[in-house]
Amino acid sequence: MILVDKRTRVVVPGITGREGAFHAARCKDYGTTVVGGVTPGKGGTTHEGFPVWNTVAEAVATEGATCALIFVPPAAAADAIMEAAAAGVPLVVCITEGIPVADMVRAKEFLSRTTSRLVGPNCPGLITPGQAKVGIMPGHIHREGHVGVVSRSGTLTYEVVHQLTTRGIGQSTCVGIGGDPVTGTSFVDVLRLFNDDPETHAIMLIGEIGGSAEEEAAAFIRAHVRKPVVAFIAGQTAPPGRRMGHAGAIIAGGRGTAAEKMRALEAAGARLVPSPADMGKQVAATLGTA
Amino acid sequence: MKIHEYQAKALLREFGVAVPRGDVADSPERAHEIARALGGRVVVKAQVHAGGRGKAGGIQLAESPAAAEAAAKQLLGMRLRTPQTPPEGIEVRRVLVEEASPVRAELYLAVTLDRARSTEVVMASQAGGMEIEEVAARSPEKILREWAHPALGLQPFQARRLAFGLGLAGEQQKAGGTLAQNLFACYRAKDCSLAELNPLVVTTDGRVLALDAKLTFDDNALFRHPDVTALRDVHEELPLDVEASRYGLNYIKLDGSVGCMVNGAGLAMATMDIVQLAGGEPANFLDVGGGASPEQIENAFRILSSDPSVKAVFINVFGGILRCDRLAAGVIAAVRKLGLKLPVVVRMEGTNVELGRKMLAESGLALTTATDMGDGAQKVVELARATR
Repeated sequence: MILVDKRTRVVVPGITGREGAFHAARCKDYGTTVVGGVTPGKGGTTHEGFPVWNTVAEAVATEGATCALIFVPPAAAADAIMEAAAAGVPLVVCITEGIPVADMVRAKEFLSRTTSRLVGPNCPGLITPGQAKVGIMPGHIHREGHVGVVSRSGTLTYEVVHQLTTRGIGQSTCVGIGGDPVTGTSFVDVLRLFNDDPETHAIMLIGEIGGSAEEEAAAFIRAHVRKPVVAFIAGQTAPPGRRMGHAGAIIAGGRGTAAEKMRALEAAGARLVPSPADMGKQVAATLGTA
Repeated sequence: MKIHEYQAKALLREFGVAVPRGDVADSPERAHEIARALGGRVVVKAQVHAGGRGKAGGIQLAESPAAAEAAAKQLLGMRLRTPQTPPEGIEVRRVLVEEASPVRAELYLAVTLDRARSTEVVMASQAGGMEIEEVAARSPEKILREWAHPALGLQPFQARRLAFGLGLAGEQQKAGGTLAQNLFACYRAKDCSLAELNPLVVTTDGRVLALDAKLTFDDNALFRHPDVTALRDVHEELPLDVEASRYGLNYIKLDGSVGCMVNGAGLAMATMDIVQLAGGEPANFLDVGGGASPEQIENAFRILSSDPSVKAVFINVFGGILRCDRLAAGVIAAVRKLGLKLPVVVRMEGTNVELGRKMLAESGLALTTATDMGDGAQKVVELARATR
């Protein structure tokens, strides 16, 4: 397991919003330690049973928060990311969708001068089944086990997890890195962690069109990864020049196509699944549990 | 978001990027007036959101105001077809009338995001006027790159390097460097996703000018740029796309016959893929989002089924935040209200799936249920074929 476990103590910036409150409660239901939330100006109050602070620093000082799960609206989300990093929170997870790219360029530069790791934005978060859920994924579809899942997508990740779990294959940790052009944690970062994690025996990677993150992942797999990797790339039929929902999912100037990414991953030794219906089946075959 | 060339040039002028003198006209008479005020030869350019206008006859040289009027008359109202437009073309509603610039050299200058480095890259090339992708593919060494600092931006020395690299010297090197910095300033100030001058030209009398200009903007940042948002031209967008965006739906029309309704962008793309693997063609990309309400489901259904090429509909939902019972309620309401005759295949999984399945089964509607994505794709492709 990587990044989150039983010891993770989560503070939720944006907890007084509808999404923030709802998901803070769902994470707590799953067994995650949610120490409270942050909304500037509402410090000292409680919201749906959670204590609220004015700043992330206060949550760190009083409750020893080790992880910030951000639901702040897009216009203020990059600021919330920087605040959490400045407060010394080691893991910052940003769920918010629709943050201006320029804000993330600045926030990422800010983060590079701190020791915090950012996951997201525009991601479902991450979960270590049976340990901690830090995100918006439905907890009940997961199962404890040894397949590490890393993905740029949300519901497509649920799809693969469901396929794995119904075959009796559990997951070590599932990480959604997000679908934006600028994200904190890359495929390579997560692959490195999974590769070093003794609990992870195989890796399922779910990419999509746009950018070159999958090609970089392929180069890393070829050079370093000593565990089986199964991969699926969404958007094999996407037309060029049209943004497929995610701000980052666009084929531009003939680059970022699914075919290119699949070729790179296959050449690196990953097993490619052409059909999204066969992701679980391929992992099972790879693990020899089919 | 895209804007027209004339709008981009007006904005660039505010940032001190040199562009040819000119103005926009929506009538031949107005084109005549502008040409007369400019004096001498002018260029009349069709204003549509697509490249490749020159080869398609959308850009015409006029020696006199009368010739400019005639060119405008011919262009206005015509459907311009270029490799970048839909097959039926785009109606020309405005023309830009500009002074004709005698060109000595055609260059390229652009700013965009380099995702791998998480900061902006400024690209310059002496091979202007060509498709930059072609230049990048054939001779990548002909493209110079300077990466902006994420916080501090583009430094003067970087702008100088670009100008020298473009082969500029003396006053033109200074003008080119300033122009690069001003272009970058515009990119940052207005939250662009692309600012491209192709070609940037040196005129025979030594001026450095943006002869063509393309600006696109980060949709996520439009909330803080009401001036940019006001430049949106919905006539350039497909009517179904416009309607979908009004309901917060992410819809893109494609060419196939299988309508797809999915929650989540990644799963929506994967659904298009599996439809094709099953031998069909997706009619659209449609992401109803994570927390769609029954009303949104209904609107989504109406929009995708109003495309006449849709022969069958595939609903593929993995309920996380979006609960399956709410989805089922939306689907049932939509099918009843719209009196939908198209075959519909529903595959759903996740939160409250049993309840959702029960609701669909008891609705009395002729819906086909699927056990998984693969099964659903097979069924919907067969149904689409049978309906043809």
